[in-house]
Amino acid sequence: MAGVTAAPASRSSAASYAPGAAFIFKKALISALVALVLFSLMIGVRTDAGPDGQLTYWTRFGDLAAMVATVFGGSIVVELLRQWWGPVGTVRIVPPSVQSGLAVARRAIAPLLLVFTFLVPVIFYNERYILDLGILVLTYVMLGWGLNVVVGLAGLLDLGYVAFYAVGAYSYALLATNFGFSFWICLPLAGILAAFCGVLLGFPVLRLRGDYLAIVTLAFGEIIRLVIINWQSLTGGPNGVTGIPRPTLFGIPLTPGDDGLAAMLGIEFSTTHRIVFLFYLILALALLTNWVTIRLRRLPIGRAWEALREDEVACRALGINTTTTKLTAFATGAMFGGLAGAFFATRQGFISPESFTFHESALVLAIVVLGGMGSQLGVALAALVMIGGFELFRGLEQFRMLVFGLAMVLLMIWRPRGLIGHRAPTVFLHHNQAISSDLVKEGHG
Amino acid sequence: MSGDCILSVDRLSMRFGGIVAVNDLTFSAERRKITALIGPNGAGKTTVFNCITGFYKPSGGSLKLTHGDGREIQLERLNDFRISKQARVARTFQNIRLFPGMTALENLMVAQHNALMRASGLTFLGLIGAPSWRAAEKRAIDLSKLWLERIGLLARADDAAGNLPYGDQRRLEIARAMCTEPALLCLDEPAAGLNARESAALSELLLAIRADHGASILLIEHDMSVVMEISDQVVVMDYGVKIAEGTPRQIRDDPKVIAAYLGADEDEAIAVMESGT
Repeated sequence: MAGVTAAPASRSSAASYAPGAAFIFKKALISALVALVLFSLMIGVRTDAGPDGQLTYWTRFGDLAAMVATVFGGSIVVELLRQWWGPVGTVRIVPPSVQSGLAVARRAIAPLLLVFTFLVPVIFYNERYILDLGILVLTYVMLGWGLNVVVGLAGLLDLGYVAFYAVGAYSYALLATNFGFSFWICLPLAGILAAFCGVLLGFPVLRLRGDYLAIVTLAFGEIIRLVIINWQSLTGGPNGVTGIPRPTLFGIPLTPGDDGLAAMLGIEFSTTHRIVFLFYLILALALLTNWVTIRLRRLPIGRAWEALREDEVACRALGINTTTTKLTAFATGAMFGGLAGAFFATRQGFISPESFTFHESALVLAIVVLGGMGSQLGVALAALVMIGGFELFRGLEQFRMLVFGLAMVLLMIWRPRGLIGHRAPTVFLHHNQAISSDLVKEGHG
Repeated sequence: MSGDCILSVDRLSMRFGGIVAVNDLTFSAERRKITALIGPNGAGKTTVFNCITGFYKPSGGSLKLTHGDGREIQLERLNDFRISKQARVARTFQNIRLFPGMTALENLMVAQHNALMRASGLTFLGLIGAPSWRAAEKRAIDLSKLWLERIGLLARADDAAGNLPYGDQRRLEIARAMCTEPALLCLDEPAAGLNARESAALSELLLAIRADHGASILLIEHDMSVVMEISDQVVVMDYGVKIAEGTPRQIRDDPKVIAAYLGADEDEAIAVMESGT
């Protein structure tokens, strides 16, 4: 009996493979044909000026054949990849065993990445460059997670996020240099001040949506930068703030002196200690951001943010105060930006308005969009790709931007809703199933 | 008529520039009864709804909501989310407005926002995972489950609302409105786009809501089978004014109503009726 019922099922699943394979083959063939037409003149025939200035040409059919074969093969690979990671509902021609294997791999990404991050200072202890890069990536992961609250969850497009980063950095720098406050007192103060600025920005933009909201937030970022440049007596203007104290391990400085950490532990002093300390500090701050965001998503405020992104009118009909909901989203995102800013100031030891240009806002926003709006893992991966990948292309020199831009365009064509486009529900009864990005709204600002 | 009114609309007017959408409308809805607001397209029914639920500020007139404990609230003085939060008036929309990217369960959880916000100590108690918050969250999930069961969507609780069939979305929106525990439930064309079987199920649901939850319902509806079957009181509007009011039976035989729906004079309507009988 079981055999009888199983047979049609397997036949029907085999039948669903066939059109997929034929479709891929046909698509690859068309791509190869287009490549043949294009490349026959571009690669197949090569012209040059001869020794007497006359036109000479020679053929390179071998190269042409190689190119067409590459396009054919590449087209099949791309199509297969699309079937694997494509959105829910596409015809999947990959065997279920491979699919479940991929699902396991996908679940394992986050813990593996976390363990690896913890081990980075151990593995690369002697490679200062990698440690510095790691700190940079983690800073952007934290900024991305902070902005994700505003853009990804609440659906409010914020192009001036760098303003909060700057407020945090200057809060720490000025409090520490003027009043001698320690890093651990200044850190929460920087967060609170940035959150306050978030509310300040929030009020005038409550009624704005979409493009208009983006423009006002963009202007806000510029206003903060211009204030910093022009308020010379307080901020030092374009010269910035120098001599910002380094962080201490709860009062124990990481210096070569007798009261330093190295002397207390009885080990030889090394400047790497400070780098490793900074690495774990930003990792802790980033993980705090992540933890709080994940918790908030499961609380009524987080659900209200997401509901606001989905439909603001329905929110109001359900008695949700959209004003405070928006303001808390701005304030929470800004607070994390401020904390990251304080870290930036203590790491650099010197800050100036040049560090807080629109370019930074755009970069952080790109990380959030590329990661998949709302996805914590996606944002972390995107920060790794954007910051780490950018370093990877360093060898290409002046083509670096070009290649990087092309890579981003290709990625957005392949995954228009970001690396991780699915939305995980915040609460479930029976099974925790991801929601297709087709249904999730991007928010109207 | 002066019995136990939950909502009394008194001389309500709504003008958009020179256009008078609602003119001097007076009617009342009784507690634990279903009041239907009907009329041809463009009669101003949805405008009345938008005034009651705070999406429009009326140009004139008053909207008085009387709670069971005698507390009176002037709706035209409240705006926006406060109508739902303080006056406990819930509504659904003519074109469904669910949160499509959230699951059915999440939709119902969002509806309990204000109660949960209080329970989570404005987020702070929830952030540290206080036991009182956990208990409140569990109660909220139980209430959601109860409503999902009532509308027959318990098995699809974890599906995205946008993936549900149309009829289920309509019912989910009603359940979501009920999760705010309203005193007055305003439904804007709940039967639009439903087939006969789904309409019948909807009528049953609305009658059950009235019987079990003591909610008063105000509904706009074009589906006369639903209106005639479940309403206790019918108010008919045309061109922004009330043209008739009464029980479904009275309304069915009112020549003014028939004239409005046929777009004919009253005399012609009477003639048609007489020739028919």
